[in-house]
Amino acid sequence: MSAKLKKPAKRQGRAVTASAKGATAEPTAPFLLEIGCEEIPARMIARAAAELHVLLGKHLAAYELAAPEAMETWGAPRRLAASISALRLRQPDRKTETLGPPKAVAFDDVGRPTKAAESFAAKQGIAVGALEVTSTPRGEYVVARKLVPGKPAREILAEILPRAVLELSFPRSMYWTRSSGPRFVRPIRWMVALLGDKVVPFSLGEIASGRVSRGHRFLARQFRVPIARADDYVPALRRQFVLARPEERKQRIEKELARIGMQHRLRLRPDPALLDEVVYLNEYPAAILGGFDASYLALPEEILVTVMRGHQKYFALEDRGGRLAPYFAAIINSSGDASGTIRSGHERVLRARFSDARFFWDTDQKCRLADYLPQLAGVTYESRLGSYLDKVERVRRLSRWIAEGWFHSGHPEADIASTERAAELAKCDLVTEMVRELPELEGIVGGLYAAEQGEPETVAAAIYDQYRPAGLDDQIPRNLPGCALALADRMDSLVGCFAVGLVPSGSSDAFGLRRAALGIVKILLERRLPLSLSAAVATSARLLRELAPKIEVSPDVEGQVRAFLQDRIRYVFHERHNFAYDEIDAVLAAGADDLVDAEQRISALRAVRRSRNFEPLAVAFKRIRKILEKAGPAKSWRQETVRGELLADAAERELHAAAEKVAKESARLKRAGRYREALEQVAGLRPVVDRFFDDVLVMAEDAGVRRNRLTLLAELLREFSDIADFSEIQTESAPR
Amino acid sequence: MKTKTADKPKGLTFQQLIFNLQKYWSDRGCILQQPYDVEVGAGTMHPETFLRVLGPDPYRVAYVQPSRRPTDGRYGENPNRLYKHSQLQVILKPIPEDIQTIYLESLQAIGIDLRRHDIRFEEDNWEAPTLGAWGIGWQVLLDGLEITQYTYFQQCGGLDLDPPSVELTYGLERIASFLQEVPSIFDLRWSDDTTYGQVRLAEERQFSAYSFEAADVEFTRRHFEMYEEEANVLLGRFADAAEEERDRFPVLGAYDLCLKCSHLFNVLDSRRAISTTERAAMIGRIRALACRVAEAYLAQRGQLAQGQEAEARR
Repeated sequence: MSAKLKKPAKRQGRAVTASAKGATAEPTAPFLLEIGCEEIPARMIARAAAELHVLLGKHLAAYELAAPEAMETWGAPRRLAASISALRLRQPDRKTETLGPPKAVAFDDVGRPTKAAESFAAKQGIAVGALEVTSTPRGEYVVARKLVPGKPAREILAEILPRAVLELSFPRSMYWTRSSGPRFVRPIRWMVALLGDKVVPFSLGEIASGRVSRGHRFLARQFRVPIARADDYVPALRRQFVLARPEERKQRIEKELARIGMQHRLRLRPDPALLDEVVYLNEYPAAILGGFDASYLALPEEILVTVMRGHQKYFALEDRGGRLAPYFAAIINSSGDASGTIRSGHERVLRARFSDARFFWDTDQKCRLADYLPQLAGVTYESRLGSYLDKVERVRRLSRWIAEGWFHSGHPEADIASTERAAELAKCDLVTEMVRELPELEGIVGGLYAAEQGEPETVAAAIYDQYRPAGLDDQIPRNLPGCALALADRMDSLVGCFAVGLVPSGSSDAFGLRRAALGIVKILLERRLPLSLSAAVATSARLLRELAPKIEVSPDVEGQVRAFLQDRIRYVFHERHNFAYDEIDAVLAAGADDLVDAEQRISALRAVRRSRNFEPLAVAFKRIRKILEKAGPAKSWRQETVRGELLADAAERELHAAAEKVAKESARLKRAGRYREALEQVAGLRPVVDRFFDDVLVMAEDAGVRRNRLTLLAELLREFSDIADFSEIQTESAPR
Repeated sequence: MKTKTADKPKGLTFQQLIFNLQKYWSDRGCILQQPYDVEVGAGTMHPETFLRVLGPDPYRVAYVQPSRRPTDGRYGENPNRLYKHSQLQVILKPIPEDIQTIYLESLQAIGIDLRRHDIRFEEDNWEAPTLGAWGIGWQVLLDGLEITQYTYFQQCGGLDLDPPSVELTYGLERIASFLQEVPSIFDLRWSDDTTYGQVRLAEERQFSAYSFEAADVEFTRRHFEMYEEEANVLLGRFADAAEEERDRFPVLGAYDLCLKCSHLFNVLDSRRAISTTERAAMIGRIRALACRVAEAYLAQRGQLAQGQEAEARR
């Protein structure tokens, strides 16, 4: 692979460059860059390595030293590295062309070079005699053609490497020498930069590049690890107990965990996110097994696993029956633990954590969940939107409204009393000791406490599930009271935050409104629940006006929320249901107040779309829309209804009659939810529509006739656009 | 290596642990300071940290700081939590290039064999909102136990630090429990013949009772207001003070008053007398004092850099 034809780097003047072609078997050498650092936060390493790939790749390609694809980058707690097996030792020579003054200016009447030509030649560093003339679209110009020899790679690298390092971005960076010194995620302590066996010299602040890396902090046999050649890097570090490549560490961890499982007849609870994290917490990982007192298993699994995982980064294990076992697997940054010292240390820490958790559980059980409700008055949701107690009241009433709607439309399992009770207790766990200690368990703790205290199972499950789905891949609440609660909570957040101007923008979305909106869409579609979104938004807004009178909830706000939801709807239909954007837009333009209904309409549209008549009809509808737009605002030309006596042409009478018949028929089908058949009916109009356009001139001279025809078309458009607006469909042939 | 016998208890005593760390850091050029005599929640609040990290002068100091956290009190019944725990605090300015190694060697000085343990630096960016201070760093874990908060200070009292300092905060009770392998802090040997419980249990019980039950919310609030007001009056006078009066002006007195506010806030918090909204406002008031003190401290020493003033008032 070569990057020869890539765009060259910016160069002086208006130079036009071309690469020297045809060089074969150019001399190359392996390249290595290592940024040695104090421990980089685990969650940032993989991203930093990927960014290094992009940044360095960009520079190397610009100088035509190597193709970005030829590079690998790796990250470990104390280092970021980039490696290329073959990097050009010299940048390819380039032919450059620089345009000078026009020929007429550069040469006098007798063809002698003028002052202008001389100064141009001098500036270009060539003899006046070497100037050539070239013709351009703007006339003949003087041109300086040169062969610029490529620079040695080491020279270029010395310049681009420090730049690439400092260009790396981190969520938070620091300085460690002076405020004017280098900034990085943690202090940089060494840098290795090698081309073949030679150091690429550069420096950052007080650190100079060299060939000396460092091994494992505790296991390495020597403190300094000289790297003889760039391609010795990985094996040289391995000898000093550092696995530079993340994949290698991951494999080792997986193997170690499997070994432990086998030895002790235990099964690992899979946890890919934790696995990815420990890969970047260790340079030479090993797994050890620890145990805890089985009496702690009396605490709910959720709590035990969260303590093990979140605080200690331990993997949970289960027995053959799938029950949590009183063991854990810890990944340590060491070669092993022959004496069991490390294991007993970890066990002691976990014991203390579990004993804390038990203390919190027991303390919290001293009163009932409902007793915490008044305390919510002291917990602010948002300064203008009031406390969580205020929110609970709004959510209780909104979720009741939602459940009632379902209950009365064929969903008797939407138990209204359970929904209200769940909403009332939903936020009580916020003031418990357990959630203060383990905030990631909010909701879940409330559900567990509700179950423990004898609340109905439906209520406990609804509380437990209220924050689900956490993302598009997460599960939705198990029961309908849970769905109603989850929807009401999110809707209240959306309407409330929009009302006080907390509209998500760019990367800022402090209240997680995007996720909230996605959750609403996912719950409704997945559980196939009826809900008028506009009515839900309006009800939420009404409750806010009623219960938080200080906040002004303008009708604008409702529109903004609906539009915000619409964006997520588009996204979910496209990403999760694989509908094309034009199909989605066609249906959304016709209204998407009820998502399940909208989904059925898109499915129908997609099915009909491939039929013979459909696309031409879509083209015709686009044409109709254009004609109407051109005719000016509807008020100026529209009459009340189509007047039969003014229909002069046979083709327009035919269209009018056919449309009336189809309208009746498709209305019947629509009411029955048979959208596909309804659309097929509409598509069947195509021959009459075509004939109309062939035979009839819409913009007739007679104002009355014209007005009648426009009204006919407008009705056609309105009548047949309530399943989907066909004019949104992308067609091969453009409307005339 | 296996010299464990029944009559030889494991690990350093609590006071030996302190001796060893103080000796270690004293040998590395640190002034050994004493605990501050105003209630504080952390070693960072000691003027030897809060004020000394400001400005350009090099400084190295180590001291033990008993730190009160009223909400963590458990009446001496929880084996791992305390109303008052002890931190050994080290400040080094500027930051030595091999500071991580120097730190790790201090662990060897208290009997930890680095090769036989699982030691790691896990991301933990420290922040003290009441002090307008934050830094970048880690918690150091020893076999899963957090033993040190390790921070590269970036800002203090709302002022950028130049050069920055490194702050090492050892949790002494935790480390001692680890070394002695006792299940409860109260079983720690403080000296060869006295336990931690014997020395401190009564204090834990009484101060837990005070901060959870007895502290009078109204009085405590009034104390807070009074200290805050006095601090503001002082700082206002400093701003108006003539050049020649500035040298002996009690900026340090104002800082003590700020510390009082911080502690009283914690007491109110443990009485659950502060709502979430009020909490943010009170933290803001204490931070405002801390930032003004920091600014006055530098101004008094003629070290307030151009443009720093605005920053402190943000």
